[in-house]
Formats: sequence, structure tokens, C-alpha cells
Amino acid sequence: MDSLLLLIPISLFLGFLGLMGFLWALRTRQYEDLDGAAARILFDDQPGKETPQ
Amino acid sequence: MSLIGRARPLPPEAVSPAACAHCGARLAPGQARFCCAGCEGAHALVAGLGLAAFYRRRETEAGALRPEASAAALDLAPFAAAGADGVQRLELVVSGLSCGACVWLVEQALAAEPDVLSARASLSARRLTVTWRGPAARANDFAGLLARLGFRVAPFSPACLRASEDAEGRALTRALGIAAFGAMNVMLVSVAVWVGGDMGEATRHGLHWLAALIGMPVVLVAGMPFYRSAWAALRAGRPSMDLAVSLGVLATALMSLSETIHNGPYTWFDGATMLLALLLAGRVLDRAARRRARQSVAELLALQEGLVARLQPDGRTEAVPAERVAAGDRVLVAAGERLRLDGVAEQEVLLDAAATTGESLPRPYAPGQPLPAGAVNMGAAFTMTVTAAARDGSLAAMARLLERAEQAKGRFVAIADRAARFYVPVVHAVAALTFLLWWGVLEAAWQVALVNAVCVLLITCPCALALAVPAVQVVAVGGLFRRGVLVTSATALERLASADHAVLDKTGTLTEGRPVLIPEGQDGGVLCRAAGLARASRHPLAQALLRACPEAPIAEGVHEVPGRGLEAGAARLGSPAFCGLEAGAEGMTLAFREGEAAPVLFRFADHLREDAPAAVAALKDLGLGVELLSGDGEGAVAAVAWQAGIPDWRAGADPLAKQRRIEALKAEGRRPLMVGDGINDAAALAAAHVSASPAGATDLAQTASDLVLQREGLAALPSAIRIARRAQGIARQNIGFSLVYNVLAVPVAVAGLVTPLVAAVVMASSSLVVVLNALRAAKE
Repeated sequence: MDSLLLLIPISLFLGFLGLMGFLWALRTRQYEDLDGAAARILFDDQPGKETPQ
Repeated sequence: MSLIGRARPLPPEAVSPAACAHCGARLAPGQARFCCAGCEGAHALVAGLGLAAFYRRRETEAGALRPEASAAALDLAPFAAAGADGVQRLELVVSGLSCGACVWLVEQALAAEPDVLSARASLSARRLTVTWRGPAARANDFAGLLARLGFRVAPFSPACLRASEDAEGRALTRALGIAAFGAMNVMLVSVAVWVGGDMGEATRHGLHWLAALIGMPVVLVAGMPFYRSAWAALRAGRPSMDLAVSLGVLATALMSLSETIHNGPYTWFDGATMLLALLLAGRVLDRAARRRARQSVAELLALQEGLVARLQPDGRTEAVPAERVAAGDRVLVAAGERLRLDGVAEQEVLLDAAATTGESLPRPYAPGQPLPAGAVNMGAAFTMTVTAAARDGSLAAMARLLERAEQAKGRFVAIADRAARFYVPVVHAVAALTFLLWWGVLEAAWQVALVNAVCVLLITCPCALALAVPAVQVVAVGGLFRRGVLVTSATALERLASADHAVLDKTGTLTEGRPVLIPEGQDGGVLCRAAGLARASRHPLAQALLRACPEAPIAEGVHEVPGRGLEAGAARLGSPAFCGLEAGAEGMTLAFREGEAAPVLFRFADHLREDAPAAVAALKDLGLGVELLSGDGEGAVAAVAWQAGIPDWRAGADPLAKQRRIEALKAEGRRPLMVGDGINDAAALAAAHVSASPAGATDLAQTASDLVLQREGLAALPSAIRIARRAQGIARQNIGFSLVYNVLAVPVAVAGLVTPLVAAVVMASSSLVVVLNALRAAKE
């Protein structure tokens, strides 16, 4: 049972990291244009200039 | 019989397998690679930029990217916002941006301009953000470049921004993320408790505290959208589904907290967080579907929204928004422009007032005669003195009529709310009885009684019920979107499914709203020479002649004889009198005369949409009564009604009469579906049980409509009704299923047999069944 003391905090910490990542993506508007993002990955050319918003 | 009655459907154009190399439209016989000069130019431009890869990737609808020969020139420079360090930033809404390749083409074409710093287009919002270093006037060059490629642009208006800036949607998504995180991590702890029967009491206590540590904040934060809505409903005195959800979740969380403190055998944090996650998922999907519709409507409105050219005392013009023009100002109305304000002109002008009165023919207005806002200038440019500012004008009066009609419509109670009204009190009564049963009759400890009562709340928490309708809505609205129908209101589908009477407008709805040449065996060569002359004019009949022979080369030396016609050397095109024919020929005719040869007459008619009779027949098959309600004269209305197969018609109806007719129908107990496109239809659209406007409708009509058809024609309407009815049926099945599930589960809960495991399994499985059932809703 001692292993729980280590494993549960680790798993919670990893989950928390995922949640933070999600909230960060939401805050930086990465969910605003899901259709565009799906298409953008197929553009193989070097984009000339693009904004990082 | 009137003129329109003689119109025969035009023979379908010869189908050629070849498609235009730029826009993909079918090519007419004799065209090699391009359907028009605009497309040829666009293709050369794309190739010149080295972006020809676009053509291999695009997935646009055929003809969608055809550059318009005469794109309305709107000065975009005032819309560019200058930042610090001289960087200009412009937000545009781009029409035609419909696939990933289009995004690529637009971004790359702009990025190829040397002074552009960045160009970023959003496919969902059809929004383009350009930044560049240099003068603000470069904005017009960028717009011109995109126009040559076939994309129409308009400045991003505050209304558009509101539609695409979806703060509430983001808050919902954030809540969903938090709830999903909580549900998964609490479940991790809960599973250990469920299976760990041999677990020591101290360990179990520790795990319960852990679940509470995760569960409580998640319930408090992620549940906020429900608590807010429930509080609003409570203050309005109406029990809503959100109230039941809020009470269930909060009671479960508090009860679990108390069980944690007393080290009870189980906690129910997993159920509460999972419930929130499932409900929020439904909300997020529902919102995403309607957001797309709202954005598309806002985009259409932005493209119609215009500035007016106000004349300054020194003779120059300045572009100002229509709201800023006061009565007495003088504005310039360009050929083909829509009047934004009421006014009077000093000379005779030719206006197409189809949108304001429903008349199918443009007619001349004498000097000094009041000109209605909303009409389109069909003659030469003229100067107009504004008689009323935008907020006092006839458009604003129409908007007020619309508002009153919408208020009179009353609140339509959606099926989910009707279910909630009966469901919520029953559930709470059952929970209270459970408590009394255990505490009063069975004489259990009050804690045990409370746990069982809250279990009733949890198990009956309308998880499936709350997902039942939104899931169907998402699927059906998505299916309609793919068919080119935008659903702008949350209850539109329900109302559409129950409509039993269709009221159709004539001009622009049943008909195309523009004249079409009646083929009467004219000589092809003559037709094309006449069309070459017609190229010089924006008169609707000239344009119609040109459409009959689009490849006609422009004639040399054409000049316009105001109010009569066009002249080029010895050739004349214009009114019959202008070409030496006796007057007396009916309204929509053009005569063409070359030198001393006998004049040739071209007759035109407002052409019935090709699919109108089929759509009317389909509506009748669906059991709807169909009637025609138009502001046009009797002859024209009767003829269209006869052609479309509508026995019941009314002519000469002004906006108020249209609204009254709708109200009379409602008073008879009918549920009318109104279909119209004009400013004069807006009040009737708003008053109707459910309303739709066809492609190309005026902005006021689109705002008043529940459904906007994006593609030409009415064919989408019957299929929309079929989908709506099917969706309605599935929504009822879903509600029925959730009720059955509750009837089975409640006795188990009352008996105190619900462990957290049972609650989780029942909740997840019922939601899954409801969602899977909803997936069928997009089929017709």
C-alpha cells in the first residue's frame, strides 16, 4: 500500500498537466478554427509568413 | 394571361463534361478551358504566384469561385487599424473560403506581397487577419487581389465579431475540460474502492478524501453554467432541466462530502462529475452546431452591409456608414447599388423595388417622388437627398414591425422544457418521499434516509433526458448544414416539424427574382450582337439579355440615351419606341434594331425557379397546405401560382397585410411556415410559426428567419421538413427511453440499493443509448 503514496500523486500530477495543457490551448484560441487546423497540416509547402497570433 | 404565364422553362443547357479550370463550373459549348474572362485571369494569377497546387486540392462547390466582373468597390482603408510601429491590421470576412486549399491560397497569395507581414485565415469563421507595414490604402489592393481570385471580402463588422467571438462557448468548453479531468481521476480512485473489498478502513478513508479533494472543486467550477441558468430559471419561477441537474449534482456532492467525513462505505463523487461531463459534452456540441449557422448568417449580412457615399459641400464624396447620415444630407447612389436610406432625387430614376414591395418589374420614379430604402438602382448613378435618418426611415419602421411581430409570437416552449416542467417536480417529490419513508416509516437513521433520498436525485438526474434533445439537434442541424440549410434558432427544428401550412412569397422565392429571356426563335447572331450592346448597361433587361448570350464580345462605341436605350453606330437597343416600334408592347421587352433592318423584339419574364413546382408538390405530399402571398399585381401572381401548382393565392399584399394573413392563419389554429426573401416579408416571417428565407434574401428577411437556405432553389425545404420531423420523432423516442429507464431505476434507488457502481453504469449506458439513437437523425 505504500506505493500508493507515490503513484497516486504522480498520476494526479500527470492528469493535472494534461488539464493545464488543455486550458492553455483554449486560452490561446487553438479551438477557434478546428476545420482550418485539420486542413493546415496537409500544406507541405513552407508557409511564407504566418502570425503566431 | 399575363406575360409571366407565357414563360416556359428554358431548355436545359447542353451539358458538357468539361469544367472551368478555375471555378469548376460546367463549360458552355464552345468554351475551351474557362467559363469567363474572370476565371481565366484568376487562373493566370494563381499560376503566376506559383500556387497552382491549389487546383489539385480544392474542394469547393462548382462555380463558387467565379470572380465577379463588377465587384462593388468599397473603400477598406478606414477599417485598417494602425498599431504602434506603423503596422496596419485588417480583419475581413471572406466569402468562398470553403476548404483548406482556399485558406492556403488566400494566405499564400497575400504573403507573396512584399509588405505583408502576416496573413492568417480561419476556415470556421471565414475570417482573415492581415497585417502589413505601409499605408492603410493597401487594404484595397489586397481586397482587389482576393476579388480577382474569386473571393469576396467585407470588413468584419461588430455583428460578425459577436458571432465568431464566442466567449460563452469557450466557457462551456473550459468547463467540459475540467469536468472530464475530474470524472476520469475520481473514477481512478472510485474503481479502487469498488473492487477493493478487502481494503483497510484507513486506506478507504484516504481514498474518499482524495476523491473529495478532486471532486468538490470540479463540481463547483464545472457546474457553474448549470447553476447560473438554474438560478435564472428559479427567479423566473419556472422549474427547468438545469434546476434538476444543479440540485442533483450539488446534493450528491454534499452528501458524498458528509459520507467522506463520517467515513461511510461509499462516496458518489464519480457519479456527480461524470454527470457534469456528459451534460457539458451535449451542450458544447449543441452550441458548436448553432455557432456555425450564426457565423454563416453574419457573414452573409456583412457582405450586404454597405457604406453610403455622402457628398461633401466641396463636391467630394466620403464613405460613411448609413447610420451616420442625417436627413438633408446628399448621397450618391451608384448604378446597381441598394438604397440604404429613404430619399428623393432631382431627376427621374429607375428602381427595382422587388425587395420592398414585391413588384417584379423595375419602375421609374418621377423627380421628387419618395424613393424607398431597400430598392436597387437600375439606371445610371444619381444624387439623392436623404429625407430620413436610418433610425427614422422606412427600413427602421419595418424593423419595428418585425420586433412587434416577434414579441407577439410569444414564447415557444421546447419539448425538453415541457418534459422538464412535469419531470422536475415529480422527481423532487419522489426524493422527499424516499426520505420520509426511510426516516419516518422504516425508522432508519436520518443519515441513511438522506443518502437514499439523494441517490434518488442522482439516479433520476436527467442525464439521458438532458442529452436526448441536444444530441438529436446537433446531428440534425449538422445534416441540414451539409444540405445548405442554416438553422439559426434553437427551437426552429421543432417548430418546422410541426408546421402544417406553407405560405410562399412570389418574387425572389418562387421565382428567381430576375428577368430571363423568353426564347422565341431569335436569330443567334442577332442575339449576340444585341447582347454585346447590352454589356454596356446595368439595366436588368440588358443584363438578362447578356446572360442569354454570355460570350458576346463588347460592342464598340456604345453610349447610353438616358431612359431610352443604348446606341452604337446604327445599332440601337432599348425600349420599343426607341427602335421605331409602336408603343403598347408589354412591360418587359427590349427592341433591337440594326440600321434599317426590321427591329427584333426580345421578351423577358421573371422566371419560375426550376425546382419550384417540384418543391410545392413535395410540400403538399408532406401534408402542408400551400398558398402564395405576394405584393405584386394579380396577373403576375395568378400566372406564377398556376405554374407552380398552387391553387390558393393572394396578390397586392403589403407588409402589414402579409403579417395579418399569417396571424389570421394562426388564429385558425394553423401553424404556418412562411418563406420569403424581401424586406416586405420580414414582419410576416417573424410572425409565422416558423420561417425560412431563400438564397439571396435581403438582410432583414434573413434576420427574421429561423432557417436560411444557402443554395439556389427551394428543393432543400421539403427535405429540411423531413429531417426536422424525423429528428422530432427521434427526440421523442429518446425522451421516452429516459423516462422508461427512470421508472425502472427509481424503485432500486428508493430501496436503497444504488451503489456508486450501479449509478455509474446506469448513467453511462443510458446516455450512450440516447446518443447512438440520435446519430440516425441526419438521414431523411
